[in-house]
Amino acid sequence: MPDPAIHVRDLRKTFRVPVREAGLRAALKSLVRRESRDVQAVDGVGFDIEPGEVVGFLGPNGAGKTTTLKMLSGLLYPTSGEALVLGSVPSRREPAFLRQITMVMGNRNQLQWDLPALDSFDLIRAIYRLPPDQFRQTRDEFIELLELGDLVNKPVRNLSLGERMKVETVGALLHRPQVLFLDEPTIGLDVTMQKRIRSFVAEYNRRLGATVLLTSHYMADVQALCKRVIVIHHGRILFDGALTELASRFNATKTIGVVLKDGTVDLSAYGEVMSTDDDRVTLRVSRADAPEVTTRLLRDLPVADLTIEDPPIEDVIEHVFAGAAEDQRVEAEAAAAAAGASS
Amino acid sequence: MTAPARPAVGPVRGYLDYYLTSMRIAIATQFQYRVANYFYMIGMVAEPVIYLVVWSTIARQQGGEVGGITPGQFAAYYIVWTLVRNMNIIFTPYGWEERIRTGELSGMLLRPVHPIHADLGFFAGWKFVVIVLWLPIAVVLSALFQPDLQPRPIDVVVFAFAIWGAYLIRSVNYWILGMVTFWTTRVGPIFQLVFTAELLLSGRLVPLSLMPDWAQRLADVLPFKWTFGFPIEALVGRLPAPELLGGLAMQALWIAIGAIGVRVVWRFAVRHYGAVGG
Repeated sequence: MPDPAIHVRDLRKTFRVPVREAGLRAALKSLVRRESRDVQAVDGVGFDIEPGEVVGFLGPNGAGKTTTLKMLSGLLYPTSGEALVLGSVPSRREPAFLRQITMVMGNRNQLQWDLPALDSFDLIRAIYRLPPDQFRQTRDEFIELLELGDLVNKPVRNLSLGERMKVETVGALLHRPQVLFLDEPTIGLDVTMQKRIRSFVAEYNRRLGATVLLTSHYMADVQALCKRVIVIHHGRILFDGALTELASRFNATKTIGVVLKDGTVDLSAYGEVMSTDDDRVTLRVSRADAPEVTTRLLRDLPVADLTIEDPPIEDVIEHVFAGAAEDQRVEAEAAAAAAGASS
Repeated sequence: MTAPARPAVGPVRGYLDYYLTSMRIAIATQFQYRVANYFYMIGMVAEPVIYLVVWSTIARQQGGEVGGITPGQFAAYYIVWTLVRNMNIIFTPYGWEERIRTGELSGMLLRPVHPIHADLGFFAGWKFVVIVLWLPIAVVLSALFQPDLQPRPIDVVVFAFAIWGAYLIRSVNYWILGMVTFWTTRVGPIFQLVFTAELLLSGRLVPLSLMPDWAQRLADVLPFKWTFGFPIEALVGRLPAPELLGGLAMQALWIAIGAIGVRVVWRFAVRHYGAVGG
């Protein structure tokens, strides 16, 4: 069994942030006494990612995804815990480590704004001291894969957001890194462009066996690329496993789509009616009841078509976060009650 | 095949290639903004022209010289000043706040090259554009003010090294100063204090030989003189050879001190980086 490409144990990051109320009085007070509080952005995260794995790192805004990625890429020093990427401690930022990773941050421009992307690519060649032949071969291959064509000859400032993201992605991968940290790589792009970037990442992973840790709010990115997902919320991991398992673990419902031969009838007796589009009715039923409801539908009604599906992954994720928020509320209430009882 | 941990070429060849490529990119970028660059340089010429007019007037009123410097020598001093000032343009300490806020620094930190090399390479490339654009300005100023400039070959050679030495001293010193931004964003007053000290003790405002003795002695032990006064004097001052070579040695010393300072401060500063901008 090879060593994991990414090894994380009990990783924590605490930020000290200044606290100040609004208003003149608070401004004057802050001259004398500055207050701050600690924010636990990442709170004891742990996981291993094997070489060649593509893992989705999911969570709502402020969950700790980007902070974790920044610690793994060496941009941030962890407050405590252990992180190893390709056997190196990221925070040491050794050149040998930096040569083998990349981090793509959506909407970040790392290319020379006023020059054609080809000039920036040449600078990247010099930064990573790439052999000219290998550089040219990789560059041309990636330009072809992403169908960039003449775009690389235009000044970057003249490119659209989608075009710029494509050239940014090429620039980030020219040195053929073994580990890719992709932080919202498709943010703000249209569906076609998102798809193009996704296929490129998938192809890169297939050809080079690279390890990918991806954050995205677009579930299509995750579904297309990741078999495994890690769900993080309030700096803690809620789930780490197969994407398919996520639905079965956290979602207690199934969606049944029914088309009847003689038009629609009221199906509320069979489950919760989610929608009715023309002659198609969509029902939500509990996972446990799904086989029995299906049998009853087929037995009682003239069914022309019937499908049973898991709900969209977006709904599942929403359900996971909602559940975590509810757990936290209950914990907080219990803690408050305990504190009240002891005082 | 993915990236090997070791690069294909050695460090010396690697850094040389990196610097040359950065400089080429800087030249290409800055020539795109040649008109803006020209107006910037013309604006910058206003400062020495004011000094020149003031000192030349005083010299004439005092019988043809001030502290042994004639109007022609003042003209030479301040015309060379314009080139030295342009060669001294470096990444401003004020730029650090934006670099941190926008996340630009994150991109630089992800590269296997210390970020100072990116600044040194880029601004070094810019100098070549500056020199090309400066030449016509120097011709016009010379025609107007008739400088008394008769450098010996050794003066020209030392000057050629000294302007790059000045650039390096200023780069490393202001890098150290700029890194204060990692600890606090209220850095403006600190920067202003240093800039004022530089203005007075570098030979930028007035040739150091016109300053009081105590100020000259103080200037000798600070880095500022070696970034303005020394390169200018090297070309216009007809300094003896030992003084010229001693000046280059002092520049080398300040570069070494600054490089060590950058290394030490950077190690602590980068731990404070919050990578907030992305």
